[in-house]
Amino acid sequence: MNEFELFPEAASSFAGEVDLLYWFLTIVSVIFTVGIALALLYLGIRYRRKSEDEPAPEEIHGSNLLEIVWSVVPLILAFVMFFWGAHLFFKMRIVPADAMEILVTGKQWMWKIQHPNGKREINNLHVPLGQPVKCTMTSEDVIHSFYVPEFRVKQDVLPGRYTQLWFTPTKIGTYHLFCAEFCGTEHSRMGGKVYVMTPSDYESWLEGGADASLSPVEAGELLFTSLGCATCHHDGKNSQGPNLAGVFGTMQPLDSGGEILADENYIKDSMMNPQGQIVRGYPKVMPSFKGMVTDAQITQIIAYLKSIAGTEEADSTTDEETPESPESALLNDALEPDTTGQRYVRMEQ
Amino acid sequence: MSAPGVTANEVAPEERRIHYLNWATTVKSWLLTLDHKRICILYLCTITFYFLVGAVAATLFRIELMTPQGDFLSAEIYNKMFTMHGVAMIFFFLVPSIPATLGNFLIPLMIGAKDVAFPRLNLLTWYLFSIGSLFALFAIINGGVDTGWTFYTPYSSTYANGHVIAATFGVFVAGFASILTGLNFIVTVHKMRAPGMTWFRLPLFIWAAYATSIIMVLGTPVIAITMLLIIAERGLGIGIFDPALGGDPVLFQHLFWFYSHPAVYIMILPGFGVISEVIACFCRKRVFGYEFIAFSSLAIAIIGFFVWGHHLFVSSQSVYAGLIFSFLTFFVGVPTAIKIFNWVATLYKGSVSFETPMLYALGFIGLFTVGGLTGLYLSTLAIDIHLHDTYFVVAHFHYVMVGGMVLAFLSGLHFWWPKMTGRIYNETAAKFASVIVFIGFNLTFFPQFIVGYLGMPRRYYEYPEQWQLLQLLSSAGASVLGFGFLMVLCYLPFSLVFGKRAGPNPWRAKGLEWEETTSPPIAHNFVKNPIVTEEAYAYTKGSRHV
Repeated sequence: MNEFELFPEAASSFAGEVDLLYWFLTIVSVIFTVGIALALLYLGIRYRRKSEDEPAPEEIHGSNLLEIVWSVVPLILAFVMFFWGAHLFFKMRIVPADAMEILVTGKQWMWKIQHPNGKREINNLHVPLGQPVKCTMTSEDVIHSFYVPEFRVKQDVLPGRYTQLWFTPTKIGTYHLFCAEFCGTEHSRMGGKVYVMTPSDYESWLEGGADASLSPVEAGELLFTSLGCATCHHDGKNSQGPNLAGVFGTMQPLDSGGEILADENYIKDSMMNPQGQIVRGYPKVMPSFKGMVTDAQITQIIAYLKSIAGTEEADSTTDEETPESPESALLNDALEPDTTGQRYVRMEQ
Repeated sequence: MSAPGVTANEVAPEERRIHYLNWATTVKSWLLTLDHKRICILYLCTITFYFLVGAVAATLFRIELMTPQGDFLSAEIYNKMFTMHGVAMIFFFLVPSIPATLGNFLIPLMIGAKDVAFPRLNLLTWYLFSIGSLFALFAIINGGVDTGWTFYTPYSSTYANGHVIAATFGVFVAGFASILTGLNFIVTVHKMRAPGMTWFRLPLFIWAAYATSIIMVLGTPVIAITMLLIIAERGLGIGIFDPALGGDPVLFQHLFWFYSHPAVYIMILPGFGVISEVIACFCRKRVFGYEFIAFSSLAIAIIGFFVWGHHLFVSSQSVYAGLIFSFLTFFVGVPTAIKIFNWVATLYKGSVSFETPMLYALGFIGLFTVGGLTGLYLSTLAIDIHLHDTYFVVAHFHYVMVGGMVLAFLSGLHFWWPKMTGRIYNETAAKFASVIVFIGFNLTFFPQFIVGYLGMPRRYYEYPEQWQLLQLLSSAGASVLGFGFLMVLCYLPFSLVFGKRAGPNPWRAKGLEWEETTSPPIAHNFVKNPIVTEEAYAYTKGSRHV
C-alpha cells in the first residue's frame, strides 16, 4: 500500500510503446464515455416529461446520414487501433538474431530457468541490461503463462510444445515474474523476481560468487529460499515435500522400504538425484539440482538444515497438529515472507 | 388445460380476477405446467437461487482479497470459490437469465400468440436445466471444482482436484435446455405471429431474442461436445487435450471459445432488447433507427462466431491467426456502437421520465459503453499481450456482464414486474436500490482496470502488497453492490403481497402485452386474438387502457 500508481514501471524496450498505445485508447475511450454520458444527461433533462398529460412526442424514424457517420467514425478509429496494435505485436513476435537464449520450464508451481552457460535458477530470472533476451519455454505439466508486467510481455507456456518470448531490459531493477494462466492450487505463488543487472554484475552473478559477509547458515537459508526449496518443503496441505525442520540427523522411512539416516551425504544425494531414495509418502516430483549449485553452496544448505534440526521432533513422530515453536515460526517467516505460516493445518499421512 | 372464468374476467374487480397465477394452485399444476408464463416463473426462481450461490462465493473471495496474504480461505478453497462463482453465474444465471425468464414470458405475448410453438418442449428445458444445475450443485457440495469456469486443459482433464466430471456433465445437460429454448423461440417467432404482426412491426426485444436463439442453436452443441471430451479424457483416459496422451491442449481453447465468445452475446443481446423497449416506453417515442438496431442484433450474432481467437493471442496461436481475429473483433464493435448511439438519439425530443426501469437502462448505457470500449483494448494485439489474464479482463467482462446484462435484466424485471405479478413495487426503494447498485458496481470494478494494467494476474489468492489499496476498494464496493442486490431481493417479493395493484398498463406503454391483456395475463394470454395494425412504439396513436 505505497503511493498510488497507474502504470507499472517501464523496464523493457516495448514498455514505452505499449503505454503510448494505451494512452491513445484511453483518450478515445474517455472522449466517448464522457460524450455519451453528457448527451444522456443533457437530453434527459432537456426533454424530461413535464406533466403526465403531455402529448406523445412526434415520431422520428431515424436518419441514414447519422447512421453512416456513427458507423464509419468508430470504424476508422478501430482501424487505427488495429494497425497500431498489430504493428507493435509483430515487433514483439520477431525475435532478433542476436538474442541471448534462456531456457524456461514451467512446472506446478515453479519456473525452472537455465542460462546459456548452464547456470540454473528457480522462480527468479537474472538478465543483463540492454541485451535482447529470448526465452524458449515449455511446461512439464499444465499450461502456464510467463508474465513480466514491467516488460509488458506475456506468453503461454505449454506442455509438449515450445513457445518463445523476447525483450530487451532497459532499466536496472527488480521486477515481478508471474504465472498468468491458472495452473492449480499454488498458482499465485508460481513466480518470483526478475533482476535486471549491469552486464558485468550479470557476469559475476553467473560465476556464482557467494556473498562473503554471510555466515554459512545465513547463506544456506538464502539459498533455500532462492532456489525454490521452500516452495515445496513446508507444512502446507499441498506441500509436495517434507518440512525439513527437525529432519537432519534423524532416521527417515524410505519409499522403497527401510530407513535412512538423514545426514550430509543423504542431503546431497537428495539434491543431486532426488528420485533415488525418496522419503515415503511423497510424490516423485523434485527436480535435480545438479549443475545448479556449487559444492560450497551445498555445504551452506546443509549447514542451514543442521541449524533447524531439533526444533520439531514432535512433528516427525505425531500426525497431530503441533503448536509451532518460536524457531519454526521464524523459519516459516523466512521461507514464505508473505504468510504467517499459520494458514495451513498439517494433515498429511 | 383451460382457465375457467375467462369471459367474466374483464368486468370482475381486480382482486377476484382469474389469471395465469391463480387459476390452479397445486404443486402439480406448477410442475407440469405448459404455460410459458409459469415456466418463466419456474426459471426465475431457479436462476435467483444460482445467483445467490454465485454471490456467496464472490463474498467469500472478496473477503480473502482484502489482504495480500492468504488468511481467510485456503488457496484450494479460494480456487474453488472463484470457479463456483463463474460456473453458477455464467451457466446457471446469465445464459438463461433474460431468454428463459423474460423471453419465455414476453415472446408469445409480444407477438400475440397463446403460447410458444412447443409448450411441452419448453417445460422439458426447465427440467433439463434443473437437472444439469443439480450436477453442478452436487460437485460444489461434494468438495468443489478448482478449474475456473473455463475448464482449461490439460489442468481440468488430468491434474485438477475435485468433481470436474460432475460439473462439466451438468453444463452438458443444461446446454440442451439452451438449444431447445433457442429452437422453440425461432419457430415461435416464425410461425406464431398474430395477423398483421409483420417482421418490421416486431418489438426490438423480439429481434434480439431471435438473434440470441440463433446463437443458442448453433453454438451450444459445440460446448456440449467439448464438455463431453473433457469427461472422456478425465474419466476414460482418451487422449484429446493432454499432450502426454497425444492430445493438444490448445484445441480445447478453440472449441471452448467457439461457443463461449458467442455466449457472451447470448448473455448481452437479450439485454439490448430490453433496453430498446424500456427506452421507447420512458421516452414515449419510437426507437431511433429501428431497422439499424434490429439488424445490428443479427450482425452481432453472426460476426460473433468469427472472433473466438481473440482469447488466444498469447496461447501460441500463429501471429497471422492473431492478426485476423483481432481485425474481425473490431468489426463487432461497430454494430454495438450503432445501438448505443441510436438509444441516445431516442431521447432527443422525447418525453423522458425516470422511473426505476429507465434508471437501470441509463445506467446500462453508461456501463456497457465502458465495457465495450475496454473491449477495444483487449482486441488490440499488443495491448492484449500485457492485459491478457489480468484484472483488466476481469473488470472488462464484469462491466459487460454485470454493468450490462445484470442491469438490463433488472431494468426488464422492474419494467414487466407489474405485468408478471399484477403488483407495483415500492418505487422509492427501487430507485434508491438502483443508485446503490450503480455506485457499488463502479466502486467494485473500476479499480480492477487499474490493478490490471499494473499487472496483477487474475485468479491470484495472494498478491504483492502494493496492490492492497485497490483490492480493498474493490471489496468495499462489492459490499455496497451486494447491499443493493439484497434490497431488490426484499422489496420485489414484498410487493407480491403489499404492492399496489398495477392495472393492465401502468407505464402507458405500447405493445400487445400491455394493451391487449390484463396484469397478470390470463392463462391463454388474450381473450380475443389480437390483430396488429400499427408499427411498434406508435406512441403518437395513443395507448389503450390509459
